[in-house]
Amino acid sequence: MLIQIQSGAVPIYQQIVEQIRFRILSSQLKTGDELPTIRGLAESLKVNPNTIARAYRELEHEGLVEKRRTTGTFVAEVSGKITRARRKTMLTPEIDKLLVLAAHLGADAAELDELIQSRHQALDLKEQRQ
Amino acid sequence: MTSQHQYAACVDSLSRSFRGTLALDHVSLQIPSGSVFGLVGLNGAGKTTLIQHLIGSMRALHGSVTVLGQDPTVEPEKLLAKIGYMSEEDSLPKWMRISDLLSFCRSVYPTWSDRYAAELCEMFGLSTEAKLKSLSKGGRARAALLSAIAHRPELLILDEPSSGLDPIARADILEAIIRTVADEGRTVLFSSHLLDEIDRVCDHIALLHQGKLLETITAEDLPERYVECFYCSDAPSTRPPEITGAFGAAGGNTEWSVLIDSEVHSATTETIFQSRGVRWELIRHQPATVHRWFAGRVRVSHTVEKTSDAEGVQNV
Repeated sequence: MLIQIQSGAVPIYQQIVEQIRFRILSSQLKTGDELPTIRGLAESLKVNPNTIARAYRELEHEGLVEKRRTTGTFVAEVSGKITRARRKTMLTPEIDKLLVLAAHLGADAAELDELIQSRHQALDLKEQRQ
Repeated sequence: MTSQHQYAACVDSLSRSFRGTLALDHVSLQIPSGSVFGLVGLNGAGKTTLIQHLIGSMRALHGSVTVLGQDPTVEPEKLLAKIGYMSEEDSLPKWMRISDLLSFCRSVYPTWSDRYAAELCEMFGLSTEAKLKSLSKGGRARAALLSAIAHRPELLILDEPSSGLDPIARADILEAIIRTVADEGRTVLFSSHLLDEIDRVCDHIALLHQGKLLETITAEDLPERYVECFYCSDAPSTRPPEITGAFGAAGGNTEWSVLIDSEVHSATTETIFQSRGVRWELIRHQPATVHRWFAGRVRVSHTVEKTSDAEGVQNV
């Protein structure tokens, strides 16, 4: 599995969690797909095996993957369904960032709404083209 | 494989001086079996001197050293058979062919595996016919790495192995570290000042500075224990705000960043306060990175030494 690790403010285990989570939520990894072994991923990413284990524990805790005794770690069944609550927890920090920036720039709610609508349309068009 | 020792190496109050200069000053540390133990420090911090004691090339004159349950200077051949060692120096005899190096290692290490050695040659792109002289620096480093790991040592000691190597050669070294530790019970001591590499592969980090061991911490605890806090003041200040448990201040004027030891003080509860006659506001805080912690620790001891007036930049 190709995972990008960058040194910086985000801890490595979190970078791994985020990238695997994104793959599961965007269905690049599907229910029942097997994740690489801890050892295998540690070797290919050149990252301490404890860090991989910690990332997998976190994903397991979120209900995205499940450990099956002796066989390995698999994408969990419920993972495909993104509940409203999970959407909220995932989107809120991004929206907060946007709102803070908008406030600093002096953009009001109406302007922001308008911009979101227009960007939405622009991106929709792009998707159709693909 | 399960190791019989809880610690692969124990160093107790080790001191060493060269011509009156203290190179190691009462250094004590334990390297847990099965860990990747990172030894970080600036050039001249004493990392190599410490490692020389672990591999038995220096005798502990003050303090004691135990490696894999034995004194490294008593029957060193027994210990060296269980250790793999690679330094930044290009110390392999250049007239040798890779095949000569392999037969030499086979005769020295009882646990040498021809199969693993052949696998590593293949992986590293080393031809057994090649002379070390004709290899690039990266090629010779790979040969040194091969001779340090193909007997599957209980303890692999790497002293600044990546210095001056290209990124691909460095990646090969990191992979060897991970392979070694993924075999249960095996231990790696990795000395480096390349903090990105330390951050990736190590689960324990020890910071050596001017011969003193400033701190040993697990990679998991570090970002939880230390918080980097950013403060703004309403008037320029030549010093950071006074905060209990703070160290490693950086910045200037109206913007300062400090590290706060959360075991001493929970700084993030206090967001607006007065200090040094100005009003400070906590703008942002985040878990400390290895880089920030390293710079903060090293800078503290700098400041304490240079100025007796180091208030506000307290060590903890």
